[in-house]
Amino acid sequence: MKKIIETQGLTRTFGAFTAVDAISFDVYEGEIFGFLGANGAGKTTAMKMLSGLLAPSGGSATVVGFDVKTQSEDIKKQIGYMSQRFSLYEDLTVLENIHLFGSIYGLKKAELAQKAELLLEQLEFTDQRNTLVGDLPLGWKQKLSFSVAMLHEPRLVFLDEPTGGVDPITRRQFWEMIYAAAHKGATVFVTTHYMDEAEYCDRVSIMVDGKIAALDTPHNLKRQFNAPDMNDVFLQLAATSVARAGF
Amino acid sequence: MITVQNISKTYNKGAVKALDNINLEIQRGELFGLIGPDGAGKTTLFRILATLLVPDQGTATVNGADVVRDYKAIRRTIGYMPGRFSLYPDLTILENLEFYAAVFGTTIAENYAQIKPIYSQIEPFKHRRAGQLSGGMKQKLALSCALVHQPDLLLLDEPTTGVDPVSRQEFWDMLQLLQKTGLTIVVSTPYMDEADRCDRIGLIQKGKMMSVNTPQGITSGYQPDLYAVRSSNMYQLITDLRQLDGISTCYAFGEDAHVSVASNSGLNAPAMEAFLKQKAHNNIQITPIAASIEDCFIELMR
Repeated sequence: MKKIIETQGLTRTFGAFTAVDAISFDVYEGEIFGFLGANGAGKTTAMKMLSGLLAPSGGSATVVGFDVKTQSEDIKKQIGYMSQRFSLYEDLTVLENIHLFGSIYGLKKAELAQKAELLLEQLEFTDQRNTLVGDLPLGWKQKLSFSVAMLHEPRLVFLDEPTGGVDPITRRQFWEMIYAAAHKGATVFVTTHYMDEAEYCDRVSIMVDGKIAALDTPHNLKRQFNAPDMNDVFLQLAATSVARAGF
Repeated sequence: MITVQNISKTYNKGAVKALDNINLEIQRGELFGLIGPDGAGKTTLFRILATLLVPDQGTATVNGADVVRDYKAIRRTIGYMPGRFSLYPDLTILENLEFYAAVFGTTIAENYAQIKPIYSQIEPFKHRRAGQLSGGMKQKLALSCALVHQPDLLLLDEPTTGVDPVSRQEFWDMLQLLQKTGLTIVVSTPYMDEADRCDRIGLIQKGKMMSVNTPQGITSGYQPDLYAVRSSNMYQLITDLRQLDGISTCYAFGEDAHVSVASNSGLNAPAMEAFLKQKAHNNIQITPIAASIEDCFIELMR
């Protein structure tokens, strides 16, 4: 299998604090890769380095074939990113947001118009095309954000806690969109605090105190930790945290 | 402790219906969970109970006092922790706590016994600024501040949203500790798996209270037959099952797909298995299961 992310001893310090501590792992093309960890374990910092938004202090990583230290601009063009905070424009309509982000990613006008229609249809949003995004329910916003992050058909997409606070049905519809994207060949790198969602990933890594404490398929992790579910795996690993015990 | 009668509230001149004819009673000493997704109306209901928002219709009382007429009396007897961290980031732990005590005309010393179970955990760091605390410590400080005037009722609006599973578990342990001191606690959450930590829960969605009961009472009232179904390919499994006549809902639940079937539909496990075999699924497992709160929520949302 082809590697789309490769990291070797990737590290980031802030002053005396080591947020990400020499992590080494690979992500393969077409995988749904779950990136888990407690609050403060270093997930967001690691994800920022991988998406070219933050320079590492040490180690190396390549993402979609580019070096995170020297080619971060190339990485940004090749990936999709959906941040934890809702990042579409609330005072623009659904269609306006699609057009804005599509043009930022350099899509041609005719291509964009065609994609916008397809996207609205797939989301069953055709009646909402002129609705202000700020007036949509949270779950709809998240589905739209994901579709917008996928507009330029990136090979790799980073999703930072995409389903927090979303109702149970929409949360599952969101995951079905993830499955569909992976089915078409995209690689999905996702964080979540819902442990049932960890089960939907092909492989899962769990960070503790800036290090990757475990990485495997959900099935193997449960066997390794003799745990009934991923929640139990997570609790066992988080209990080993030195930082947590310190306060 | 709390009565809510026919409360409705709209925003944007009636365009957004935040609460639609809500009725609710919460007993003294209860740990009550208000469970629903973002936008369900949880915060609006909390603000009305905390006397920060006036309802369009209906009445509510806290400790016998009316939330509109007797708002001053209510404010002395409740502790309210809003969803957003709302302490002063440039004051220390101790300064924040002293400030909240002073606002209510009291002191930390006078109420130390009340706040001790929570405050003692952050007291070693009392000279640290609130803005520099970890998420878990901020939460403990906010809870201490909400407790410092010895309220009878705690209103906690989404204290665990965005919080990892370990910290969530610790937070609920703290709440159960506080409940033992006689406090009435109302807490809202979007996480369905927290329902089991409550005495009773209300399931709320789009401004409507769909069900109020004990967690046990809600799950035992689930009507359809429910199955946990597995095969080697989850995505294909869900897609295929949804085409089978007789299935009401089919959603992923961790390793399984949960499939609900109306009891009178005639569809059973052997028929489902035959269908999946015909669709070339491998390692098929079909197990009848009892409903979880999340299954009930999905059923009520339909």
